[in-house]
Amino acid sequence: MSTERKTLINYIVEMAEDEANALARKMLDNGYDPLELLSHCREAMDIVGSRYEQGEYFLPELMMAGEMLNDISGIAKPLIQHAGGEEKKKSLGTIVLGTVYGDLHDIGKNIVTFMLEINGYEVIDLGIDVPIAEFISAIEEHEPQVVALSGFLTLAFDSMKETVEAITAAGLRNKVKIMIGGGQVDEAIMFHTGADAFGLNALTAVSLCKGWMGEEATT
Amino acid sequence: MTNLEYNDDYIEREQRVLDVIALKQPDRVPIFLYSTFWQARHAGMTCEEAMYDYERLSAAIKDSVLEFEPDSYTLIHPAIALGPTMEIMGYQQLKWPGHEGMSPDVSFQYIDAEYMKAAEYDEYLDDPTGFYLRRYLPRIAKAYEPLADLPDFTSLFYTRLIHCTTSFADPKVIEAFETLARAGREANKMFAEVSRIGAEMKDLGYPLCQSASGGAPFDYFADYLRGSKQGMLDMFRNKDKLLAAMDAAAPRIARGIINSVGDNRCRIAFIPIHWGLDGFMSPVQFENFFWPSLRKVLMLLIEADIVPNLLWEGDCTSRLEVIKDVPVGKCIYFFERTDIFKAKEILGDIVCLRGNIPASMMTTGNPDDVVEYCRKLIDVVGKDGGFIMDCGVGIPDEAKTENVKAMFDTTKNYGIYG
Repeated sequence: MSTERKTLINYIVEMAEDEANALARKMLDNGYDPLELLSHCREAMDIVGSRYEQGEYFLPELMMAGEMLNDISGIAKPLIQHAGGEEKKKSLGTIVLGTVYGDLHDIGKNIVTFMLEINGYEVIDLGIDVPIAEFISAIEEHEPQVVALSGFLTLAFDSMKETVEAITAAGLRNKVKIMIGGGQVDEAIMFHTGADAFGLNALTAVSLCKGWMGEEATT
Repeated sequence: MTNLEYNDDYIEREQRVLDVIALKQPDRVPIFLYSTFWQARHAGMTCEEAMYDYERLSAAIKDSVLEFEPDSYTLIHPAIALGPTMEIMGYQQLKWPGHEGMSPDVSFQYIDAEYMKAAEYDEYLDDPTGFYLRRYLPRIAKAYEPLADLPDFTSLFYTRLIHCTTSFADPKVIEAFETLARAGREANKMFAEVSRIGAEMKDLGYPLCQSASGGAPFDYFADYLRGSKQGMLDMFRNKDKLLAAMDAAAPRIARGIINSVGDNRCRIAFIPIHWGLDGFMSPVQFENFFWPSLRKVLMLLIEADIVPNLLWEGDCTSRLEVIKDVPVGKCIYFFERTDIFKAKEILGDIVCLRGNIPASMMTTGNPDDVVEYCRKLIDVVGKDGGFIMDCGVGIPDEAKTENVKAMFDTTKNYGIYG
């Protein structure tokens, strides 16, 4: 059924939402393996992600692709018969991520999560206005290689600094790389906070993680 | 109003700003004192106090203006001193300091949500007032909720417009109007304070840097009606309706700004730009969805003798060629992270540029950094006029005082045209 596979991927990549949903539904109705269908969706997401990296796609396309993936997963997942459910893709590494305390903005953080996930990383997203203690306990629990701090407001500069200091005080600083981003964050703020790196966009977040954790599955 | 009411200092500062808007070279680079909470904090107030105490906020603004002597300043009350009014009306679109568990010294933040459903575009287009009354207002403030039960007045005529007065006898509607009247009286107090301090500052020789604010039609929908996610998805799912709605909204947004400027002597309107920046949408999407309706607003304002002051948030360097399509000498483009030096090359003979000392430098840098950056701005962007000194989005709430001082001293000394 490689024509259907190609057509489905093409619909998703070209943002043809109605056609993609209808075809996915039809394929499943005709007995198409839901796991395989979901793997086609992931293939499509990889293409969307690389178009984003190449500056061809932007935030609206990422949002739209995310919607299509959610909708199709919603139809496919209940049909999965296998004992273990969907086979878990091997993760390239773990990132604990959140918007620092005092700041409620999440759009930038969500794009970073999306891009890291489609690049094969496991992201523990702690949400917005995350208290310092929550970062510490998430680091202890998930043992990530990378911690990503997001913030849009200028007040986040000091929240980031305090979060990094607390990670150091908890004896965890040498176990993680810390990257920051969002709003008006730049190199000066990286030095101010004591983070290892900063990024102006989600692509930098991905390339930093690749640099720190590699691109090959390790587990 | 005649010039006789305005003293020489006022006229001199105002002229400096009018000159750079018209792309002329004044005696020196003008500088604005523009901040959200910085002036209040500089006076020792918390953000919460700034949002609740109109008179102390005025005093903080007055003191900082007299300390730094800018060419223009802003009365930030209508943007921040809203705590008491919001509490009375149960406003739902902001979280603010000291309210519902927020700590007293953090900035207010907007709650991004879907305040209008996709299916309601038709209603918006067909009967915007009805949509506002019965759908939108009830979602943005508790006091407006009972208005959801008001009838569609345009469905009524003759005796039916007599019968429908029963709606106004509904106890919930009566309570809503009473609450809104209380909110209105509170807002009047705030505006009265704005008038009082504005007159005092005028007599001290300081013109305002803006007398109204507005937004781009795309942002109006993506920020305030549909929410950011739905706003972006609408570019695919509801493309034609979004375009038609923005087209309909443009003259209304312009009218709102024109009414708000009224007969103010200051005819500058502040228009922050949110979703048009690089990375958020593609150049093609910007040209199709963002720029045309925004340009329509700008042209209507310019026709009404109003200077649009667009705050291009984030980085808009890739948009420069598109946004240069405006009449010469009629707009201010205020840049945050856009390459303002490149902007000078592309837009320098079309619009007045304003900005853009980085927030990071103002909060974590030292005065030497600020002096160096300001000199570069003056040398390059200020060349031959057409430039107003400011930070990226005004002075950040956490800026160091010595850095603000460095920015003013450098502009006043180094910024003199020889």
